[in-house]
Amino acid sequence: MIVELGHYALVLTFALALVQSVVPVWGALRGDDRLMAIAPPVSILMFLLVLVSFVALTIAYVTSDFSVVNVWENSYSAKPLLYKITGVWGNHEGSVLLWVLILVFFGGLVGYFGRNIPAPLRATTLSVQAWITAGFTLFMLATSNPFARIANPPVEGNGLNPILQDIGLAVHPPLLYVGYVGFSITFSFAVAALILGRLDAAWARWVRPWTLLAWVFLTLGIAMGSYWAYYELGWGGWWFWDPVENASFMPWLAGTALLHSAIVMEKRDALKVWTVLLAIFTFSLSLLGTFLVRSGVLTSVHAFATDPARGVFILVLLCLFIGGSLSLYAWRAPVLKQGGLFAPISREGALVFNNLFLTAAATAVFVGTLYPLALDIVTGDKISVGAPFFNLTFAPLMVPLLLAVPFGPVLAWKRGDLLAACQRLYAAFGIAILAVLFTLWLWGVENVLAPLGAGLAVWIMAGSVSEIVTRVKLFEIGPSRALSRLWGLPGSAWGTAVAHFGVGITVLGIVTASAFQEERIQTMHPGESVELHHFEVTFDGSAPRTGPNYTEDVGHFTVRSGGVEVAAMDPSKRIYTARKMPTTESAILTSGLSQLYLSLGEVHQDGSMDVRVYYKPLVTLIWGGCLIMAFGGMLSIADRRLRVGAPKPAARRKMPSAPAPAE
Amino acid sequence: MTRKQRRLTLIGIAGVVLAGALGLILFALNDQIVFFQSPTDIVEKGVPPGQRIRLGGLVEDGSVERSGDANVRFKVTDTANAVTVTYTGILPDLFREGQGVVTEGTVGPDGVFVADSVLAKHDENYMPKEVAEALKKQGVWQGAQN
Repeated sequence: MIVELGHYALVLTFALALVQSVVPVWGALRGDDRLMAIAPPVSILMFLLVLVSFVALTIAYVTSDFSVVNVWENSYSAKPLLYKITGVWGNHEGSVLLWVLILVFFGGLVGYFGRNIPAPLRATTLSVQAWITAGFTLFMLATSNPFARIANPPVEGNGLNPILQDIGLAVHPPLLYVGYVGFSITFSFAVAALILGRLDAAWARWVRPWTLLAWVFLTLGIAMGSYWAYYELGWGGWWFWDPVENASFMPWLAGTALLHSAIVMEKRDALKVWTVLLAIFTFSLSLLGTFLVRSGVLTSVHAFATDPARGVFILVLLCLFIGGSLSLYAWRAPVLKQGGLFAPISREGALVFNNLFLTAAATAVFVGTLYPLALDIVTGDKISVGAPFFNLTFAPLMVPLLLAVPFGPVLAWKRGDLLAACQRLYAAFGIAILAVLFTLWLWGVENVLAPLGAGLAVWIMAGSVSEIVTRVKLFEIGPSRALSRLWGLPGSAWGTAVAHFGVGITVLGIVTASAFQEERIQTMHPGESVELHHFEVTFDGSAPRTGPNYTEDVGHFTVRSGGVEVAAMDPSKRIYTARKMPTTESAILTSGLSQLYLSLGEVHQDGSMDVRVYYKPLVTLIWGGCLIMAFGGMLSIADRRLRVGAPKPAARRKMPSAPAPAE
Repeated sequence: MTRKQRRLTLIGIAGVVLAGALGLILFALNDQIVFFQSPTDIVEKGVPPGQRIRLGGLVEDGSVERSGDANVRFKVTDTANAVTVTYTGILPDLFREGQGVVTEGTVGPDGVFVADSVLAKHDENYMPKEVAEALKKQGVWQGAQN
């Protein structure tokens, strides 16, 4: 009964989405307040309905109702409760339902909190959001209905893919989806602006918090996914340039560019047309990511099922939304007025620089991800584009961007002084040079790039600290008055500094963990030891163990440092009973910011085991930096000026209707 | 600077960066991509020594030999031909005789494929797509699985 209720709610959502798709935007174009007024309540109602659907499916999972195909295929009665709940989105149908839930959640948020948005813009935005909702609910009802029943219910389910039975999975997809789908609202705002033909600085102020919110979650989701792959897959790597990872990374790159260009638009009313295009691109890349991951074009842990009908359906949706929005853009963008002139060396210039390199990097990732697919379709040749391609293209594009990060915030708007900016960064530059020398002294000159990379990371960190120090005038007015200025700094200034600092931290982690990692792979007999960095790892023996839904061989290891026992590590090889599927459970010892990583290979007859031991210096900084970036984003959202809405700027100087500056 | 000059400067810089990025991408595509080949492709057409390729097929039954310190030797077959592969390292969980596998590396002068990575996928039902197609070519693929 509950399951049917969920199904019914979903159908009702589809119907409401159709109404919402037409009525408010029609009202906005005709200037009819009554038609526009239906948008907010309907958006909230749609959210509640999809929530009912989602709860219904969750109940089916928790009660192990195997008469529902989806539950039968993906659950197992002996599974721990937590994984019954997270299993709801550990499969194709459920994850699309989560996708739609977040889609309508964002629509609902705009409906509920968007009172200060002008009515036509809000109504049109919600209509556009409803187009997406209609498309995806139809997709679910037509090809991937999570509520389908089986006539003769089996007694036991098939179980969830064991590597998905992990707390990392419990949070990774929801975070990632809030990010992915969060960009839908920016997209809807952009399309609405194109339809209405009105775009001003206020538009950017409404859009920026939404972009920030989505970006924060996408950052967290990607970091979480990376950490999950790191400890769960047992390969010891934290980024593989796997197409599925790239699928989430492309919207992140475009979204990061969008954040920065929206600042220019908000503060200076420039780069409008470009910002709208970026908003469209960002969500298009999110849709593309959904297509790549959900259609089974790519084979990966995410490709739960490969049903061609689904792939084709998403592809059609993809073409409709991307093609439609880009055509609309081509048609309407010339209507949007240009404003805000600036010199190449200026804050705007720096942000354009940022956008240029981020979009170029996104393009490189895009080509590397899709080229194999395209080549396969065109010539039938099977190729793989792996880490070497991305290291060769992505890294060189990131270096100038990262070098420029500290310059952005110290340049003035409109016309900046590069020399003055350099003077403000002397201290940061000095610290970066010291960091290079220190790294050289610590690790020697075998790898010249690594110390330079560490220097780059420190340069970004020192740059963001010096930005705050300069803004509070620490050295001019003394510490006590500087402290009070510190409190007075706007959230967005803090956000910038903190997020940039996080970038530096992540870069530092990437450099040290890749350049100075130590690795041993060997067969160990009980009693044998291996030495790595300052650790001595002794294999004490292995023993079988039985868990709730698996059996495992556990290897016991003792870790000593300087002869003193510091920890015991128990990596294991598991076999999950329901699917007879083996997994590797690595053991990780965090020591300071570095980690010792142990994973098991083959277990031999004589009690010996193949063991892989890594020492990864400062590896935790990679994810720590992402957390700091996300925190910076949240500080920026918390900025009062974004929430309250700044006072209207005094009548802006009217520009002659000359052609737009290049953007 | 006039408005026009500013615009041209911006377009110029953007053009240079984009051209640079494009050049990098094309260069990397030329150099860094790895072609997938079946054992038959290698046996019949040959592969220049030192060129990186991906070799995929089934792990031949009874061919896996282990010698201390995580060295493995096995044969990858598409039922028509087989190529011997050596690998040092930890094999993935789902590496089994008779199962699909994709390895990446180079062919040595003695015709033995030296792999530096071995992939078998995350799911027990999963057959690497390239392997499935290579097997279809040999007419032995039943296609019951995904």
